Amino acid sequence: MEVLDIIRPENQVFCKTKLMTDTTLTYCPGCGHGTAHNIAMEVIDELGIAEDTIGVAPVGCSVFAYDFMNVDMTQAAHGRAPAVATGIARIWPEKYVFTYQGDGDLAAIGTAETIHCCNRGENIVVLFVNNGIYGMTGGQMAPTTLPGMRTSTSPYGREIDTMGSPIKMSELVANLPGTYYVTRQSVHTHKHVRKAKKAIKKAFENTRLKKGLSFIEIVSNCNSGWKMTPNESNIWMEENMFPYYPLGDIKVNGKIKQVA
Amino acid sequence: MAKVRGAIVVDTEACKGCEVCIPVCGPDVISMSQEVNRKGYHYAYMSDPEACTGCTNCAIVCPDRAIAVYRVKVA
Repeated sequence: MEVLDIIRPENQVFCKTKLMTDTTLTYCPGCGHGTAHNIAMEVIDELGIAEDTIGVAPVGCSVFAYDFMNVDMTQAAHGRAPAVATGIARIWPEKYVFTYQGDGDLAAIGTAETIHCCNRGENIVVLFVNNGIYGMTGGQMAPTTLPGMRTSTSPYGREIDTMGSPIKMSELVANLPGTYYVTRQSVHTHKHVRKAKKAIKKAFENTRLKKGLSFIEIVSNCNSGWKMTPNESNIWMEENMFPYYPLGDIKVNGKIKQVA
Repeated sequence: MAKVRGAIVVDTEACKGCEVCIPVCGPDVISMSQEVNRKGYHYAYMSDPEACTGCTNCAIVCPDRAIAVYRVKVA
């Protein structure tokens, strides 16, 4: 059988979802943001809720998420996406509201909004992409930067004595009564992508059942900020990020499963 | 003899040459081209079309969703 005989419309098993626009993603080659965008939109497509979904884009690398995601989107001031999502979800309780935020947005400037939104248990989905660095502004140290990790504002590595320890947002919000589902996933291999997609699907189903806030952390790479090739950064992430940010469910159906 | 045959079609202008698809491909079907696209990236292509099983692993890790996958059962 020739390759051209295989490449026919009836044999197609995978292509880009219609819920991603044709705009070229502005992310660096190999960045986990692109995969995270795509699996979120694939889940919304599979659940058939595209007409009823409203997303809130953050400030950071993913500030242009509203250009890429073909659902209703708005954009919030730096760190304020959970507050904006709260307003939208309260006015339209039947809609599916999600925020898409990075670690500089959610864990640094938006800590107050995140924690209070989680504590109130708003009926939204929070997608949190954690790459341990401020990617857009040139690789500065973020609250999630690992100890000893070199960034442009910690050129000798992050020192715990003066700069504190990396913040584990998922464990933090899991302890709040308002969160219903808290999990940490990754998108660097096919196995992890499939697991992350299942988690996002579960989160949107929780929204439909009005269970409360679902918090999905996606540990991702920042190959430009970490000064590595995409595949090197994925290996580095497995060796260094995952021991500190272990993958898996942290809180399921309102009950804490593990506390690291 | 494989029971399923697959094929991938890479959108060469969308591919950014990050090579994330290469380690996740079990049968080592994908290589990077010598040529570059308009943005100057070496794009992925199917270097061993006989071995492709259409498992979609490459497509689901592609951040830019530049890969479409086709699969057909062979009797």
